[in-house]
Amino acid sequence: MGTISLKNISKSFGSTQVLNNLNVDIQDGEFLTLVGPSGCGKSTLLRIIAGLEQQTSGDVLIDNKNVNKIRASERDLAMVFQSYALYPHLTVRRNLETPLRLRDYNAFERLPLIGNFSPNKKSKTESINQLVNKTSETLQISELLDRKPGQLSGGQRQRVALGRAMVREPVAFLMDEPLSNLDAALRVHMRSELSELHNSLKTTFVYVTHDQAEALTMSSRMAVMIDGNLLQLDTPQEVYDNPSSLSVAQFVGSPKINIFNGSSDSSGTVNFLNVNLKRKSSESNSDLHIGIRPEHLEITNNKDENTFSGTVAYRENLGSDIYFHVNIEDNSKKIIVRGLPQFTHQITNGSSVNIKRDSNKALLFNQTGMRIHFNNAMG
Amino acid sequence: MEAKQYIGEGWKHAILIIGAIVVLLPFYMMVSMSLKSQQEIQSISGGLIGAQETQTFPVCVKTGYSEEECTMKPYKYNYWFAFEKAPIPRYLMNGVIVTLSIFIIQVLVALPCAYALAKLRFYGREFVFSMVLFCLLIPVHGIALPLYVMLAQAGLVDTYSALILPWTISVFGIFLMRQFFMTVPDELIDAARMDGMGEYAIVWKVMLPTAIPALLAFAIFSVVAHWNDYFWPRMVITGNRDLFTPPLGIREFRGGIDSDEFGPMMASIVTVTVPLIVAFIIAQKRFIEGITLTGMK
Repeated sequence: MGTISLKNISKSFGSTQVLNNLNVDIQDGEFLTLVGPSGCGKSTLLRIIAGLEQQTSGDVLIDNKNVNKIRASERDLAMVFQSYALYPHLTVRRNLETPLRLRDYNAFERLPLIGNFSPNKKSKTESINQLVNKTSETLQISELLDRKPGQLSGGQRQRVALGRAMVREPVAFLMDEPLSNLDAALRVHMRSELSELHNSLKTTFVYVTHDQAEALTMSSRMAVMIDGNLLQLDTPQEVYDNPSSLSVAQFVGSPKINIFNGSSDSSGTVNFLNVNLKRKSSESNSDLHIGIRPEHLEITNNKDENTFSGTVAYRENLGSDIYFHVNIEDNSKKIIVRGLPQFTHQITNGSSVNIKRDSNKALLFNQTGMRIHFNNAMG
Repeated sequence: MEAKQYIGEGWKHAILIIGAIVVLLPFYMMVSMSLKSQQEIQSISGGLIGAQETQTFPVCVKTGYSEEECTMKPYKYNYWFAFEKAPIPRYLMNGVIVTLSIFIIQVLVALPCAYALAKLRFYGREFVFSMVLFCLLIPVHGIALPLYVMLAQAGLVDTYSALILPWTISVFGIFLMRQFFMTVPDELIDAARMDGMGEYAIVWKVMLPTAIPALLAFAIFSVVAHWNDYFWPRMVITGNRDLFTPPLGIREFRGGIDSDEFGPMMASIVTVTVPLIVAFIIAQKRFIEGITLTGMK
């Protein structure tokens, strides 16, 4: 079992409120990502779950047991840190053994030399060795066991840090931006490895990251936090397709969602730039933000009443996709449009283009940033 | 161009060599005098090791040895007589006992203190740390008398405790280790907590091993200071020669009925100095690391 419930968690450092009445239920075996820009309180929340930080108010429940008063070491959670935090003076093997030694040996058995006289120590040592060997085989670090952390590469240290968390077979894993010190290629590779690891361990993972790509690729559910508030907690697809607010929509997705200023008239018809949406807004007679993701815009040769035109300011070639940053009249911000290389290779910086949008993809937000729904699913 | 460069470098080296000679000269004199006879020392002749003529030494005879026993070469006599006249091995052992006890207790006190000041959040931490800094400013000699009175009241004068106790809390050590611990990442400590270590286990199993270079630097400051300390042992060891530390032992050779005999005296000083020099040579690399690390003294 590994359910974690956070009930009305608030945290303030002095007069600064860092976490604002958060409620999260993490299910057993779930890969939950806490994602948000830096300084949003996600690491603090993780440290509160871990017991390294005390919440100002609210309750933490692990397996339905209130752990507010229980020390970090007794919560049976394991944590992986951004800097790996391996013991620099111990070999990899000893690093992996440390949590087991502290859990399995009693105080007498941990004493140097005379501890060896304890009758149970031998069998305990054997089981520790077995666990260490098993873990290091899973993570393919068996040949590194006799090295010190200083002699390892970043990726290897990352594995050892994972291993140190895994050996104990904890109730849940807490990970604080574990991939952000790796280079880009390795990071992408480790993402898939972590997902596989989660699938085979079937343990609860709570994963903190500022990288929305990590959250989208790995998690079963993601919690988007901004400024100490939990804005949305849902599956990655749902968060991406149906953001609950403007900030979530802007945070999730790369490149960023395009935001247009527009308004709705008394009938609820939404108008922005020179375009009218077919769907009617549920909020009439108000100023709105209209969000359209870059992949729902398309460069087209035909100009009609549903397209708008602009000039390409910058062409961002990613190989599989090309993103065009386009200046549009009447819109202060550049918008980003995705194009497929085979259709758009002739378009260069400075080209004039017409932009068409896919229907049914626009998202509406009101002036305070809250999501507004359309009245019907038509058009 | 190149020749000019060499001349420039030459000047620098010449100045450095002169400086080195000035610093090393007393040590040269010490070694030289420990090898020569009294007459050569007083007439300042004989170069480094003197003529080394076999002779009979009058002070030795006066002390009660037979003339035969007192006839030998000066270098041999100086070292032999130094060890005959004063129990130098005993003094050296006292020095080792005192300096090591002081150092070990200082570490036992300073590490947890430094850890708490660097890494734990508690009410009044800044105040405690400012008190540590304040204590750094108090000269030892200023509180020597009250300390002595307190030790006397406790009946500890003329004991090892008197030599050790006043030095067991080293604010310098606390300060030095605190500065070092500030550089240890918090995540390492959090990781240890997650692994199940208590705060004391963290101090001894995580902080201590990472702090070895700083600890070595502190060890050298502490050991050198207390090995060479003359002032404090002179105050609290009033009569019992069994408790003399090496610097007190050297004093044995000054004055007295047989007047000053410099050869054996210098021989005893060489004997007392050598352990420190050997220790320094062994730990030289680490010592320099430690000093550059702390950037102090």
